[in-house]
Amino acid sequence: MHIDRYERWWIYLAAGLLGVFGIALAFSSAVLGIRLPGIEEQFLPTAAAGDYDVEQGWVRELAPGRYEVNMRARVWSFEPNEIRVPVGSTVTFYVHSDDVIHGMKIQNTTVSMMVLPGEVARATYTFTEPGEYLFMCHEYCGAGHHFMSGRVIVEAL
Amino acid sequence: MTMGAQASIARGDGTAQELYRPPETERRLSLAFITVGFAHLAVGILLGLLQGLQHAGIDLYAYVPFVRHYYQGLAMHGVFNVLVFTTFFIGGFLFFVAGYGFRRPLVTSGLAWTTFWLMTAGLLLVDWALLTNQASVLYTSYAPLQAHPAYYLGLVLVVVGTWLQLVILLRTFFAWRRENPGKRTPLIAFGALVTLIMWTMASAGIAVQFVGFLLPWSLGWMQGIDPLLSRTLFWFTGHPIVYFWLLPAYISWYFMLPRQVGGRLFSESLARLAFLLFIPLSLPVGFHHQYLDPGVSEGYKAIHAFLTFAVFMPSAMTAFTVLASIETGGRARGGQGRLGWLLRLPWRDPSVAAQLLAMVLFAFGGISGLINASFTVNLVVHNTLFVPGHFHLTVGTASALTFMGIVYWLVPYLSGRRLFSPRMGVWQAWLWFVGMTIMSRGMSWAGVLGAPRRTALGTAPYFAAEWTVPTWLTAIGGAVLTISGLLFFINLIGTLTASPRAEKLEVPVVESAPDGQDPVPGWLDRFAPWVTATAVLVLISYGPTLYRLFGEMSLTIPGLRPY
Repeated sequence: MHIDRYERWWIYLAAGLLGVFGIALAFSSAVLGIRLPGIEEQFLPTAAAGDYDVEQGWVRELAPGRYEVNMRARVWSFEPNEIRVPVGSTVTFYVHSDDVIHGMKIQNTTVSMMVLPGEVARATYTFTEPGEYLFMCHEYCGAGHHFMSGRVIVEAL
Repeated sequence: MTMGAQASIARGDGTAQELYRPPETERRLSLAFITVGFAHLAVGILLGLLQGLQHAGIDLYAYVPFVRHYYQGLAMHGVFNVLVFTTFFIGGFLFFVAGYGFRRPLVTSGLAWTTFWLMTAGLLLVDWALLTNQASVLYTSYAPLQAHPAYYLGLVLVVVGTWLQLVILLRTFFAWRRENPGKRTPLIAFGALVTLIMWTMASAGIAVQFVGFLLPWSLGWMQGIDPLLSRTLFWFTGHPIVYFWLLPAYISWYFMLPRQVGGRLFSESLARLAFLLFIPLSLPVGFHHQYLDPGVSEGYKAIHAFLTFAVFMPSAMTAFTVLASIETGGRARGGQGRLGWLLRLPWRDPSVAAQLLAMVLFAFGGISGLINASFTVNLVVHNTLFVPGHFHLTVGTASALTFMGIVYWLVPYLSGRRLFSPRMGVWQAWLWFVGMTIMSRGMSWAGVLGAPRRTALGTAPYFAAEWTVPTWLTAIGGAVLTISGLLFFINLIGTLTASPRAEKLEVPVVESAPDGQDPVPGWLDRFAPWVTATAVLVLISYGPTLYRLFGEMSLTIPGLRPY
């Protein structure tokens, strides 16, 4: 098969560029530790064994600066929808859906997840800047979808 | 049935080519498909305008009959534009290019008409369910959001119609091969076959999802549904479907547009290779829509990310071959210098202008697609307006504007009437280009700032001040696009009703390279190896996950209609 010289270069260039992108992505995942949800994300919160009922929404301090949030998403609200933690806290969110598919995205963080009935979505983030972080449902869940939101209030020490 | 007439006329470049004219019933068939498709696009465009205005704070839904709220309109916008318009236009176009490419009647045109009526019957069910707000689940049909059974049944009939199309094309192909032993498959017919072979394999996912789960569940025969499994089956089809929309545009870009600009196909071998690569590479990529789903392993997500990058390659090859082919046209028309040939292209031909502009925006669509597919980067843009900002450049421009460009010569050819106004067509193409540039820019920007997609932002209590300018850009771009759409439909209706009868019209098709000049290896004219490769790739990339999901399947989640 005849391939024009310039076209050959173009193909190498495109493949090379994709290779560079691929290495950057592998780096972001393996070295920087930016992870996507996987099968192990179906686990329940560590606190579930105690007095804390996963059917309820709650915030619990595991240790100084470490928090766990059990969140219930339903049409069209989050429970809890206001979370207060001190700056520097590392928070793990466990989000369950009570009805249809929802999403949960916290603005200006890497927290973004799909919340499927029958699965538990989990994400961890360390809030290093004080302020108000809006979170909202980012998967269509019915006529009131755009009302479904809440906020994480990160308080200065 | 009238048989196709064969004649020979001298062409402008001095070569003589056998002219073939498909039988009248086939011409009417293609026209019927295209008309139904574009009628739905007209409604879809108007609903898109309402969405753009809503984002900018102008909520007009109270004044529109049949549309109760933003999400019902959004459901129609999505289904009409990307499922109905595309599938029906592609149906008419592929029947035409197959018949014309093989230069023989379809086997059979009767079955093709049955296909049309079956698909239209399904479509009417879908239309009814959407118009009565009983199917506002959006085109992804994410369970446990539940629609009326008529909606699922209607979509099943449309998909069954596309399978019948493949049956007709294959029977026509076999008949042609018996009559033409040893010949290479004609290019445009080859493209049509690749498109439908790929699509038919890809549609297995929604076939199982709709027939096996959604339909019986909506009828109450099944207590509950497994949302993750349902979603996974949807995306098995949901990504390859974009190549079902794109490949017909590629048929035009590779095999027709070079002829329209007076050039030749730069490399037939690479063109065929690019098409064939889409068969195996289109399918094993669906998890890149599920990066943020719990319950799908990170490893398989990474494999799909890699394969998504791989399916970028045939498009990268397309960029070179198509541009080089067009350049041969610009140079043949006297274009000089590195870029001077661009100006010599027939920009006043609305069909050419529309398709060239579609290509320009497709370059950006391809790049934003790579961003979406980029594993960890996706965390930033997932389910934000960045995503519609991307796909309005791809399906909304690369496909839609190209299809409009095709209409500018195809509808005159099929109807035997001159194009109502070529000048209006050129304006239409530029307005689409400008409107989409503005709108996509607004959407992508808002998306990077965190604005969610599929959301009535104009009434969202959390609307952020920094989204104001981008959402206005979206609204303004949408308004320009609506004007462009209006010009298109005036031209289309004018052509069909008020235009004078046309003289001889040509179907622009590039010549296959003579053997010896650019020998095409035999493996580039066979489908079986590529179909086998697809099966292997799908088994590797999807097999273990689907096996596990079916094993763990629990049909317990009840349906809900919160709309």
